Amino acid sequence: MRIKTMAEYAANGETPEVLFWVGCASSFDQRTQKITKAFATILDKVGVQFAVLGREESCTGDPARRAGNEFIFQMMAQSNIQVLNMYAVKKIVTTCPHCFNTIKNEYPALGGNYEVIHHTTYLQQLIDAGKIVLKDGGAFKGKKITYHDSCYLGRANDIYEAPRKVLEILDAELIEMKRCRSNGLCCGAGGAQMFKEEEKGNIRINTERGREAVETGATVVAANCPFCMTMLTDGVKEAGKEDSVKVLDLAEIIAESLK
Amino acid sequence: MQIVQQLLFVIAFGIAVYLFAQQARQIRRNILLGQDEDLTDHPNLRWRNLLLLAFGQKKMFRNPLVAVLHFFVYAGFVIINLEILEIILDGILGTHRLFVPVLGSLYPVLIGLFEVLAALVLISCVIFLVRRNVLKLRRFMSHDLDGWPRSDANYILITEIVLMTLFLTMNAADQQMQARGAEHYIATGPFWISSHLSPMFNGLSDGAVTGIERACWWLHILGILAFLNYLPYSKHLHIILAFPNAYYAKLEPKGEMDNMPAIQHEVKLMLQPELATDSPASDVIPKFGAKDVMDLTWKNLLDAYSCTECGRCSAACPANMTGKLLSPRKIMMDTRDRVTEVGKNIKANGSFQEDGKTLLRDYISEEELRACTTCNACVQECPVSINPLDIILQLRRYLVMEESSAPAEWTGMFSNIENNMAPWKFGPEDRENWIQEMNS
Repeated sequence: MRIKTMAEYAANGETPEVLFWVGCASSFDQRTQKITKAFATILDKVGVQFAVLGREESCTGDPARRAGNEFIFQMMAQSNIQVLNMYAVKKIVTTCPHCFNTIKNEYPALGGNYEVIHHTTYLQQLIDAGKIVLKDGGAFKGKKITYHDSCYLGRANDIYEAPRKVLEILDAELIEMKRCRSNGLCCGAGGAQMFKEEEKGNIRINTERGREAVETGATVVAANCPFCMTMLTDGVKEAGKEDSVKVLDLAEIIAESLK
Repeated sequence: MQIVQQLLFVIAFGIAVYLFAQQARQIRRNILLGQDEDLTDHPNLRWRNLLLLAFGQKKMFRNPLVAVLHFFVYAGFVIINLEILEIILDGILGTHRLFVPVLGSLYPVLIGLFEVLAALVLISCVIFLVRRNVLKLRRFMSHDLDGWPRSDANYILITEIVLMTLFLTMNAADQQMQARGAEHYIATGPFWISSHLSPMFNGLSDGAVTGIERACWWLHILGILAFLNYLPYSKHLHIILAFPNAYYAKLEPKGEMDNMPAIQHEVKLMLQPELATDSPASDVIPKFGAKDVMDLTWKNLLDAYSCTECGRCSAACPANMTGKLLSPRKIMMDTRDRVTEVGKNIKANGSFQEDGKTLLRDYISEEELRACTTCNACVQECPVSINPLDIILQLRRYLVMEESSAPAEWTGMFSNIENNMAPWKFGPEDRENWIQEMNS
């Protein structure tokens, strides 16, 4: 497999079907890079022609905007839009709900209009189109899986069903946490909390959510966001279940089960 | 004698309506202290929200038991107003049960329905009092409600119980007098509930029963007029403002933050200096974000007056439930308290005189604002379409852009983004590390 950048496509006078917006959180960290690699593998296997921006991608500006720094947000957003418009990008898929929310909802006001899809919705579309086929029932058959709704996919954009439909094809047992869907509990990372210590309190938010996830008895916690991934992995560790409970992104779960 | 009663009624009614109108005007003025924002787009969607969220109380049904009890109180309140219309007309015209000849046999059925509603309101309010004061539900025990707000809630419930009791007692005495064939008490047929209560007056003289009936009639209507004037000082104002608040609720996806065109423009000129010639720089330096209530939008202030302090927002807030200082309910209560204070200042001085206080810091601390994860749980939960997150984000914008006040980790994150286009210390070329690993 060869991952090609938008620049490479443009140099050959070609246009890919879709741009895979990787996002910072899934670009640098070794654990979250696995999400990126898993999703790229799926796209490659099902034959989707995709490109990444590589070094031409910048932070969407989401954490700066939510921390209150509109200047830095505008700088990032406008330069990203310049790059995207230069390549005449029409369709973007991303594994990060924060990037998804920002590009889909906040870039249009700045002149960036694209069809933006979160990878869980994209996976569901590929499944519906019969392009994703699992090997003998898949690697998760019969396993207990609980799904964590990220705030920026769930409440922020009302996407609750697509990720669950993706999990349905695994023939696994989906166990909901008490706080799920629009009642879902945050992992604690949003609103730029990822980049600072929590304020003084009784307990960390991810510890609370990790405990709730572990209490379901599931052996897999399915996530859809690289920030949630980091927070929940720590939360599960604090609950002392790091050996028996795995936190995996939906892309990783599907990639592992792919024929 | 009758004319004196009529006169007294007209005076009481007139004063009550006049005072309420004055209070309402002041609240409207206070709300309009906020910044302009056009929320008149998509009227169809807005009417739909008003019907579903305000009339239908859709979000209350996230907890069905409480929703049903609350619906009884709400339906009781709205529907019994038809009976209040008759009471007011009787008061002005000196008549007794004016609608009996008009409605005929339908009259006792209607009153019967009102009585059932009154009983349901009464029972629901008792259960609500128990939930607050005996079961001590966590969201009612929060320090947000210490002092006046906790008493306010109890006064409202007790008042409703008293009003409903007066209504039922009045009807029971009326039924007793009807049974005795008293001339003034026009025969209506039996009312569903009070006809069963009426025998408790069997041993009393005509004068005593009439006295009870009249006393209940007066106390009931004066109680309602007093309650009307209590509303503007109380969290109970939500019974009115929930409706406009649902209409003007945000229609965009909850994750979308408002754009700041002034900064958009400035950054555009920075990135594309060649555009500077066709748009001259403005002399006025705009203020970014919100420090006080006048910097917020009028919708934020309408939100504040619509809040009934139920605390569903704070109960769902991840920061609040893990012991942080942040409470979205307190954000709304603080905003309301501050705008009320500013309103009083304007009333006393003609225009706002600097009082050395602001919403930021004197009411809402940095620590509270910093704890928010922008998860939108508070916005999702609010049954009356309040958006505490919008206020939090505007105050954060002020802190960072006007005061450069941010935790050191955030300052580091800002400079990383500015210098390396990533919130961490990784350069653009590092974005291709995973690609190289896969391509090799």
